[in-house]
Amino acid sequence: MEKAKDNRRTRELTGKIILGFSLLSIGLSILSLAIILGDAIIDGLPYFDLQFITSYPSRFPEKAGILAALAGSIWIIVLTTLFSFPLGVSAAIYLEEYAEHNRINRLINLNIANLAGVPSIVYGILGLGLFVDGLRLGRSVLAGAMTMTLLILPVIIIAARESIRSIPREYREGAYALGATKWEVTRDIVFPQAFPGILTGTILALSRAIGEAAPMLAIAALVYVRFVPSGPLDRFTVMPIQIYNWVSLPQAEFRGLAAAGILVLLVVLLSMNFVAVYIRNKHQVRM
Amino acid sequence: MKTEKDSRGTERLIERLLQSSALLSVFTTLAILGVLIFQAADFFLEVSIIEFLTDRRWTPLFTPQHFGIMPLVSGTLLVTIISLLVAVPVGLGTAIYLSEYAPDRLRRIIKPILEVLAGVPTVVYGYFALTFVTPILQVIFPEMIVFNALSAGIVMGVMIIPMVSSLSEDAMLAVPNYLREGAYALGAKKHEVALHIVFRSAFSGIVASIILAISRAIGETMIVSIAAGSTPRLTMNPLESIQTMTGFITQISLGEAPYGSLEYQTIFSVGLTLFILVFVVNIIGNYLIQRYWRQY
Repeated sequence: MEKAKDNRRTRELTGKIILGFSLLSIGLSILSLAIILGDAIIDGLPYFDLQFITSYPSRFPEKAGILAALAGSIWIIVLTTLFSFPLGVSAAIYLEEYAEHNRINRLINLNIANLAGVPSIVYGILGLGLFVDGLRLGRSVLAGAMTMTLLILPVIIIAARESIRSIPREYREGAYALGATKWEVTRDIVFPQAFPGILTGTILALSRAIGEAAPMLAIAALVYVRFVPSGPLDRFTVMPIQIYNWVSLPQAEFRGLAAAGILVLLVVLLSMNFVAVYIRNKHQVRM
Repeated sequence: MKTEKDSRGTERLIERLLQSSALLSVFTTLAILGVLIFQAADFFLEVSIIEFLTDRRWTPLFTPQHFGIMPLVSGTLLVTIISLLVAVPVGLGTAIYLSEYAPDRLRRIIKPILEVLAGVPTVVYGYFALTFVTPILQVIFPEMIVFNALSAGIVMGVMIIPMVSSLSEDAMLAVPNYLREGAYALGAKKHEVALHIVFRSAFSGIVASIILAISRAIGETMIVSIAAGSTPRLTMNPLESIQTMTGFITQISLGEAPYGSLEYQTIFSVGLTLFILVFVVNIIGNYLIQRYWRQY
């Protein structure tokens, strides 16, 4: 009798410990996010003003700004979008609509899965060897955007494939029944239907790209850029590199600038995510 | 008028075009391997592989130069281990709560928050490690220097929590409900079902999530570059300044090492080592995931 009671008490206690532990874990995850964002906001707000957005980097913290890096990031993102969107969508369409189950296509699938797990710094090294020195593009915006394209292509392909796969087969069969060719079905039925989903996936992939520092460091290096790149062959820097540069300087003022830079980066990221979620939700209502 | 033959030709051309975009992924892999091996080969003409693998010092920037990869590998390992000590318990606790306890409404709030945590740029994590976590740690360990493995490891752990939790939760959700119901019918309590039935059934999926998180930690660059220091050292003391493989690559990249110099080639030899390591870890992780999903 006594023993059974003890046993029940132990079981109840264990249950409470497990629940307490998992609640604590959730709390820790959410708390860390709050502190990470709060820390950057508190440190960065005093330095975050119009002058910060419109100035070039400087040795004097009170005059320094993020303009060159912001422009560089925009250059990289625009070129990366131009390269990666058509390539990613074509690859996804091929793999979902055309590819037969043969050895080459299995190899392609395996490859995409593996590429998604390659560390971003390795893409930086690839870009350095292949684009900067191999194709002699130099440490240019173009070399940076091509590197970034290879980095996010697997992500775009995976997202686009999911979107294409979610289109009911009846849509395609209806079009075939009317005598459409495979390309006509793909162009007029599959692509328009999958477009919002593909767009959402692409924007999310690009928002990851805009925060990437490591591969861009390998391409652009730590350079003192006091200009807005005027062409794809100009040198450049991006926001994460500028933030890294400021963090590594010892003076407290530069830490503040780094935090302000983080705020600009987060604002850009959040707006991209907001657009992506908006497109997704709007599309979901229509379906 | 378009004949049938014409249109069949166009169709085939389009298929070829689409296929070539898909083949770009194969090209990327080959290019990574090609560039790494080609440049690393030049490096290994100057430095013997034996020295690379067995020398206990890595001092390519000073004389006497030493090219032993071990200190960089040990630095990477040390930070990875610390990050797992944070991410595995917290990530699994989160996954158990989400899959077994959380009401649907709460889950819909918590999951996006975890996704945001996963989407924070790594340079922001680095800033957080150096300016927030390190000063706190210095109060606890007064002898600790500013750049250290502990702070970088802890913050990297926070970064990989969402990876561990989301993949583990997927694995736990995939455990069929009849297993849970069977246990309840035998009088099991909720936590007993969670631990003895769900956790155990999902175990290989959980292991896979941890292994993929390890691969993420090995390849992470900015947190360690900002917070862990740049002193390649063969040590397992978390309070010391160390350097990881990724940290070294960043350090050399900053200085624009001239093409063809030995310094330039070290980037590729370290990069090749990093790539091989991550590749092996990924293959193990993906194998386990596939085996797990075949189970149910």
